[in-house]
Amino acid sequence: MAEILIKNVAKRFGTYQALQDINLTISDQEFMVLLGASGCGKSTLLRIIAGLETATEGEVWIGGRRIDHLAPKDRGISMVFQNYAVFPHLTVFENIGFGLRMQKLPQADVERRVARTAELMQIGELLKRYSGELSGGQRQRVAVARALAMEPDVILMDEPLSNLDALLRLEMRAELKGVLAESSTTAIYVTHDQVEAMSLADRISVMHEGRIAQAATPVEVYRNPAERFIASFIGNPPMNFIDATPAGDGKWTVAGQVFDGPATEKGKLEFAIRPEDVRGAEQGLSLNVRVVEPLGAHLLVTGAVDGHLFRAVLDSDLVVNRGDVLTLAPLPDRVRWFDPDTTLAVN
Amino acid sequence: MSDVAAQTPRDTRSAGRFLYVAGVVFLVAWVLVPLYFLLINTLSSPDAVNSFPKSFIPEFDMGSLQFFAGFEGMLGALWNSAVVAAITMVISITISAPAGYALSRFHFPGKYLFRLLILLTRAFPLPLLALPLAVMFIRTGLDDTVFGLALVHTTLAIPFAVLITYSLFSGIPMELEEAAWTLGCTRVTAFTKVILPLILPGIAASAIFAFVISWNEVFAAAVLTIENRTLTAFLLQNLDTSPLHLKFAGGFILVVPALIFIFAVRKYLFAMWGIANR
Repeated sequence: MAEILIKNVAKRFGTYQALQDINLTISDQEFMVLLGASGCGKSTLLRIIAGLETATEGEVWIGGRRIDHLAPKDRGISMVFQNYAVFPHLTVFENIGFGLRMQKLPQADVERRVARTAELMQIGELLKRYSGELSGGQRQRVAVARALAMEPDVILMDEPLSNLDALLRLEMRAELKGVLAESSTTAIYVTHDQVEAMSLADRISVMHEGRIAQAATPVEVYRNPAERFIASFIGNPPMNFIDATPAGDGKWTVAGQVFDGPATEKGKLEFAIRPEDVRGAEQGLSLNVRVVEPLGAHLLVTGAVDGHLFRAVLDSDLVVNRGDVLTLAPLPDRVRWFDPDTTLAVN
Repeated sequence: MSDVAAQTPRDTRSAGRFLYVAGVVFLVAWVLVPLYFLLINTLSSPDAVNSFPKSFIPEFDMGSLQFFAGFEGMLGALWNSAVVAAITMVISITISAPAGYALSRFHFPGKYLFRLLILLTRAFPLPLLALPLAVMFIRTGLDDTVFGLALVHTTLAIPFAVLITYSLFSGIPMELEEAAWTLGCTRVTAFTKVILPLILPGIAASAIFAFVISWNEVFAAAVLTIENRTLTAFLLQNLDTSPLHLKFAGGFILVVPALIFIFAVRKYLFAMWGIANR
């Protein structure tokens, strides 16, 4: 059992508040992705869990044991680094077996476990090579194999795929997911790539300015973003926002149209809808088309609704030209509302 | 027109290539020609040394070298030089490598001042320091000892050794060390199992540098030793008034051991990891 508990963790570098008020529970064998733009503190949090950085405040527990005062080697973790960190003076075999040798395992056990993980990562024929003789993808495999061979309680990954080219990244992503699902370790994975986060995660923690903005399943983060920031960060293209004014009785006026919304005393809300959640209709929001981008499967239409930037993903069979005015009806159950003062979602 | 366009870059390239080769030849000659004359003159009879023009083929007259082999105190001085250089090498690396590591890996107040101060130690000319040093050495009983001289040479070698090791450690990604920590290493074992093997060629290079600094140093050696002279000090003292052919032979004896040493450890100078592996 390797449940991870992060309690009230904060980190300051001098006067700079890198992390504040981090509280997170990661269940045993869960695949947790820390997602955020660069500088949001996601790597710092991972390094605090690994023990490469010390938290200014707070506690970290793994499997019912408080570990924030322990050295990295005593935490039952292993880590995969962005630039692979494969030891250049050792062969692939010795790299994968490095941690096992440090544990003073008998030679036979080392050989067996290295062979097994190398097999798993499909680098069985590279064992005698040095890292200088490997491609980036192969080095990444060695780095993952080295971490897996330790059979850790928790595997930590810091943007492990971001140095690979796009095609290889896609391939490794699927493979990583399969391998980790089989290994039954708890995984924490740091990335700035939302597609990577979506495809890998059991749960995503979206981080923003040193705090966790939302920790939920990928679908939940996508469908019900807790903050306006998340709605504008997740999704490609992201959500559309239009100012809404109250029309009484839980009704809101959006670009001249009246929609059912939350019953709140607020004098102003923001109406939000995903670009793919609108349909052509008789009645609805009128979109002045400025740019039409055929993407094959879809048609990406960019324009303005009531002076607000608005994107719509439409069926590619539609004929839309620059300057057209489209009438689009949002799917009622996909409409979300945000409070412009707090930027939080309003239900 | 197209002919001209096609040929101009090739001409530029071959001109550049010519300059490159000429530069290399010039630099190699800069080092080798004096060494070659040293060799010829050492292996020539006294008459040939003083005559002109010079022959380019040595006579293999061992007279001068035989003279030195039998010269009183010569072998002792050679031995002293080797011992002083070896001690200098060991002490300066033992002190400089940790200092270089600390400079590259830790942030501490006064780090940049410290780096500057290290270089400043070379700002004082040795003659200025020689008198107080001699007085202090006599008081502590370190005067005229091999160890005392090695200490002085260590002080001369340390600034370079610290800066070299500092840049070596900085060249090794922090992630390698961190990976070692997460794989069961302490700070110490991560150093011995990962950093040290990677840095060894560089350490060897800076050790050789310390060795050469000590081997070539003459001023402190001449001031601080009387009985236990090193080769440089010994030759300075004895060859000042000697005939030319003996000066050449003395120079030859001074150069050859250093050359042999550097030749023996040359692979550490070039064999940087990654380059050697490819």
